Amino acid sequence: MKIAIPMNEQSLDSDVCPSFGRAPYFLFYNSVTEEAYYLDNEAVASQGGAGIRAAQVIADQGVKALIAPRCGENAADVLTKAEVFVYHSIPGTARQNIEAHLNNQLPLINEFHAGFHGHEKK
Amino acid sequence: MLGFTGMKKSNLTIAVLSGKGGTGKTLVSVNLAAAAESAVYLDCDVEEPNGHLFFKPEITSEETVSAKIPLIDLDRCNGCRKCVDFCKFNALAFIKNKPVLFKDICHSCGGCALFCPQKAISEEEKSVGVIQSGMSGQVRVHTGCLNTGEASGIPIIKELLKKSATETALPVFIDCPPGSACIVMESIKDADYCILVAEPTVFGVHNLKMVCDLVEVFHKPYGVVLNKCLEAENPAEEFCKEHYVTILGRIPFDSKLGSLNSNAKIAVRENDRYREQFSALLNTVIEEANHETVAHPQR
Repeated sequence: MKIAIPMNEQSLDSDVCPSFGRAPYFLFYNSVTEEAYYLDNEAVASQGGAGIRAAQVIADQGVKALIAPRCGENAADVLTKAEVFVYHSIPGTARQNIEAHLNNQLPLINEFHAGFHGHEKK
Repeated sequence: MLGFTGMKKSNLTIAVLSGKGGTGKTLVSVNLAAAAESAVYLDCDVEEPNGHLFFKPEITSEETVSAKIPLIDLDRCNGCRKCVDFCKFNALAFIKNKPVLFKDICHSCGGCALFCPQKAISEEEKSVGVIQSGMSGQVRVHTGCLNTGEASGIPIIKELLKKSATETALPVFIDCPPGSACIVMESIKDADYCILVAEPTVFGVHNLKMVCDLVEVFHKPYGVVLNKCLEAENPAEEFCKEHYVTILGRIPFDSKLGSLNSNAKIAVRENDRYREQFSALLNTVIEEANHETVAHPQR
């Protein structure tokens, strides 16, 4: 199963990025082969619709589970239609989050925010 | 000069803009229109139009403005993804080999329909806002109101500008949205002259510089109105002097003017002193604008 996580840095030992749509990188982790790779988030500099574009990257990679601290409504719409489940991340590194997910310790996000649209919380 | 000298245009289109909100665009444009007495006032700040709060026009007409959005025939679509890859606004996603439209993100560019090799995309109308029109004294007031959540007010601004195109005998004052983005470019496109309103702060100078760059790109003649002027040094004034930018006038930081304005009163209509001041500013603007159109008729 392929898992995706928004990241600030390309390392399993760095923290999960607080933003989904504007994260600089995405980590893709295959839980069967235990292989990881990273892709640049094409949406990072988008003027609008970043969540949609970011969700597209996730969907195109055939991801089954996204782990993120939060996710906007438009992104959630794309992810739901693409049958990607979104799980709530815990504070900590990507590695810790992957372990927690594989132990079924992460809850599904069922509330999606309406998007910050240029008013990102600091 | 080919005999153009002395020919004054009374039907100038004057755009009032600034790099940020709250510098005094509405104060200047409303009072200049009121000082001109017979004029057209276009509120192009469609995300939060407020000129009508001052003019309080009796609304005599209201029309809906629509924009085109794609209508995708999924039976014709072969899932080539060209439309999704083309959309620079991220309004189309590609899920299970079919495009999915996000209406609120679409900027109505029409590119997806042009690119579709299957001709599976046509366009349908979507309401994006309204234009309210009415008179306030001899000022014809047109207010553009964008529906909440819409991505772009440009279709409304295009319609607003058509309103002024039919008024050939009157001066037109365009109250622009703040900033220097597409929506401002659209608002100043037909302007004969641009008034940039600036605050006497370092931040104000930063914003002034942005709009100066913008009007230069559009080859628009322009001048600056220094608002909220105090006795102390004025960084915006220094910027103008340093860059040889015309200073059209200075509006003092004046509690009486502020009080009239915050009570939604038009200073020109309330007080003779303000009427004289804004009339003088209007004359300066008309002179500058006529001088510029004579000196640079290609504009």
